Amino acid sequence: MMGSENADGFDETNLNAQRDDMENLDLGVDGDAGGDDPLKKSDVNGDASNSGYRSAMSTLSNVRDPLSAPPTVMIPANSDPLLAPTSYEDFRSFSSKPISSDNSYIEPPSYADVIFSPFDENSDSEINGAEDSSLHSQFSDSLSRSPSSSSSEYIKITVSNPQKEQESSNSIVGGNTYITYQITTRTNLPDFGGPSEFSVRRRFRDVVTLADRLAESYRGFCIPPRPDKSVVESQVMQKQEFVEQRRVSLEKYLRRLSAHPVIRNSDELKVFLQVQGKLPLPMSTDVASRMLDGAVKLPKQLFGEGGASAVPVHEVVQPARGGRDLLRLFKELRQSVSNDWGGSKPPVVEEDKEFLEKKEKMHELEQQIINASQQAESLVKAQQDMGETMGELGLAFIKLTKFENEEASSNAQRIRANDMKNLATAAVKASRFYRELNSQTVKHLDTLHEYLGMMMAVQGAFADRSSALLTVQTLLSELPSLQARVEKLEAASSKVFGGDKSRMRKIEELKETIKVTEDAKNVAIREYERIKENNRSEVDRLDRERRSDFMNMMKGFVVNQVGYAEKMGNVWAKVAEETNQYNREKQSS
Amino acid sequence: MESTEQPRSISGSMQSPRSPSSQPYLSVSVTDPVKLGNGVQAYISYRVITKTNLPEYQGPEKIVIRRYSDFVWLRDRLFEKYKGIFIPPLPEKSAVEKFRFSAEFIEMRRAALDIFVNRIALHPELRQSEDLRTFLQADEETMDRFRFQETGIFKKPADFMQMFRDVQSKVSDAVLGKEKPVEETTAAYEKLKHYIFELENHLAEAQKHAYRLVKRHRELGQSLLDFGKAVKLLGACEGEPTGKAFSDLGTKSELLSIKLQKEAQQVLMNFEEPLKDYVRYVQSIKATIAERGTAFKQHCELAETTKLKEINLDKLMLTRSDKVGEAEIEYREKARKLRENLRG
Repeated sequence: MMGSENADGFDETNLNAQRDDMENLDLGVDGDAGGDDPLKKSDVNGDASNSGYRSAMSTLSNVRDPLSAPPTVMIPANSDPLLAPTSYEDFRSFSSKPISSDNSYIEPPSYADVIFSPFDENSDSEINGAEDSSLHSQFSDSLSRSPSSSSSEYIKITVSNPQKEQESSNSIVGGNTYITYQITTRTNLPDFGGPSEFSVRRRFRDVVTLADRLAESYRGFCIPPRPDKSVVESQVMQKQEFVEQRRVSLEKYLRRLSAHPVIRNSDELKVFLQVQGKLPLPMSTDVASRMLDGAVKLPKQLFGEGGASAVPVHEVVQPARGGRDLLRLFKELRQSVSNDWGGSKPPVVEEDKEFLEKKEKMHELEQQIINASQQAESLVKAQQDMGETMGELGLAFIKLTKFENEEASSNAQRIRANDMKNLATAAVKASRFYRELNSQTVKHLDTLHEYLGMMMAVQGAFADRSSALLTVQTLLSELPSLQARVEKLEAASSKVFGGDKSRMRKIEELKETIKVTEDAKNVAIREYERIKENNRSEVDRLDRERRSDFMNMMKGFVVNQVGYAEKMGNVWAKVAEETNQYNREKQSS
Repeated sequence: MESTEQPRSISGSMQSPRSPSSQPYLSVSVTDPVKLGNGVQAYISYRVITKTNLPEYQGPEKIVIRRYSDFVWLRDRLFEKYKGIFIPPLPEKSAVEKFRFSAEFIEMRRAALDIFVNRIALHPELRQSEDLRTFLQADEETMDRFRFQETGIFKKPADFMQMFRDVQSKVSDAVLGKEKPVEETTAAYEKLKHYIFELENHLAEAQKHAYRLVKRHRELGQSLLDFGKAVKLLGACEGEPTGKAFSDLGTKSELLSIKLQKEAQQVLMNFEEPLKDYVRYVQSIKATIAERGTAFKQHCELAETTKLKEINLDKLMLTRSDKVGEAEIEYREKARKLRENLRG
């Protein structure tokens, strides 16, 4: 018997079956009593799929009931651009644009019909700032992220088609297998040679290389963080789920890169996206081989013999890495320790109060974004649960109705059963609404998660600055000690009659070193200033973009909530009206 | 199924222009729960107010203090005395200790008890019960005494005999390979039984989901509240106008959350509780049906025993006349019991 069997099975494990249940639910095609079921539309056809019920819903919302609130609900009513009449007009024009082909009615404007968002599945507009999607620009120009000049430019990257490939190798064992992905770019940016579309195949290692090279070239910038390297076995690496996850994260990463106004024009990215075959960027070598490199250079460095000239000046400005720059690493470490623990102030201090405040603020912001995104997650879960339970309730009542109809011994019972069915149908509809609402909510509130990633990028930018500063400090503190050595040697040498040949030579070398160090110091200082400037402009840009993104997110979220609340309100109001007679009966008794 | 209204006895006549004394009425209300006692023995007492103009009652208004077990006593007495009638259901004993004194639980129980008494007062037969009068009027000590008599662990001797006989018949049935005696029944009665049993399942499931729905409302309310707070904090980090928008969103979320909690309460009291009430009612009906079955079985057994005694008597009449008298008395006993049972 239906009731007893399913009584135990009604938990989350049965959800899929239930969902099918609800999908197949004949909204009003039961063929029995209740002939005036307003949901019976010829296009429902016993298939209560989304399209069917949506057209049914349009009929419903045509019944203009007093309960659909005028769309001036939750948003603060001041000069806030959110409430500008223009945006309302946008909504109007939107409702005439069919979201799904079934919505053929031109509805009177109400939030109920405007339950889309720029993150609709129809418009594939993901995180890509300079999109020309009409939805985006119509939505609210003042808030649109696209800089006005490049509103017609676009670049769209898709990652697809993962394939297994094998490393060619001479060994008997054969090479490793790895996965490559097809990366397709569609763009009309002039830098890429006008409107074009092209594809390359890349593996994850290439992406790591790209990220590393970008980090070197764009110090001080807020570079979107790349997807994690995963420390998993090769078995897992080839699993469908993992590959798909990685594909998605790669796509997101590349899109974010191309959304960055500076990085999108970088050589590294261009090369990555365009050059067929092997990626012509210098690979990040692993630590071991770098150690080897460093070991060769180390003796020269340690004994100061022409060691300074062996290190090209431009490398000075890169952060010290293990292996090659052992000596420099030691020096900078010593410097940082003395910064922290030593009594003396380092020669150049981070004096920029503004910067320090900004750093604090960023940290605080990050905490709040984390918090908000956690609460967003639990909100989504609560909405999902609500929808599920509502649906289960509806189903239980449908079964009860069926049962009553079958076993009815009086006509009054049948009439009541029919009323019950209306209630049940309303509950099922509400449950579907919750599901839809939730999937939209997820898309909106995802913005919060996105920005968690961006906060990491900001931290990276700040870290670049700190390490550049450390380099400057190290070099600055070296100079005096080098000077002092020269002076000592000169003093000693002057005591020897005719000059001390070996000491003279040493003095010459030291003076060379000092000169190089001076140059390096100047370069380092220039670099530091450059990074500072990058920091500033990047943080400003980020702030602007984040604010506008958050505004859009909130707007979308609220519109969604209101729209679906209206839809649900309509549904329940209708049921209340239909069952009004019970209320009257009760009052008169 | 019955209508969804909560039954109230004809109490409106208090305000009606017709003089109260012309229309017989009996109106009861259960109010004012108060926690008494302490520790493990703590319990809730209710004030039961009776307003009536019936002659059997002592006066137009009476107020007594009753506790849950007094209601149980009343239900049990009615169940015994009025076999075949569906006795209105009582709210359950609470299973969970810590829930026992929550405001919500107490209110739900009070409402259910109120409905219980009023249904009895409405019922054409039950309202005439002497036990009802006792319940509504006796002072507290008398009530305590009555209650202890019934709910004590010392059962009446007759109960013991019945239990013994039940076991006996079950064993002999098994030994002799007899099937369970078919209950006196008709097709319509069977249909009704089947209906009732199935109905309970459906109602119970609906009620389960209704209860969950209440929970979901509360959870959604809570998460909206937390979300609103988090959003406000986030807004504090941002400048204008984002900051203000965030803080407004947060405030609205908090407001919504309060509404949701209210809605949860409404759903609980106006939807889930009545559903639960129906489930209980159906269960009470099932109990009555079971009683009928038991009564019938007893009847059958008595009939059998009587038959045996009759045969015995005839035998004795033919053989020894001294035992006849005894047997005849026994026989008459049984026959009387049989007639009594039949009436019940």
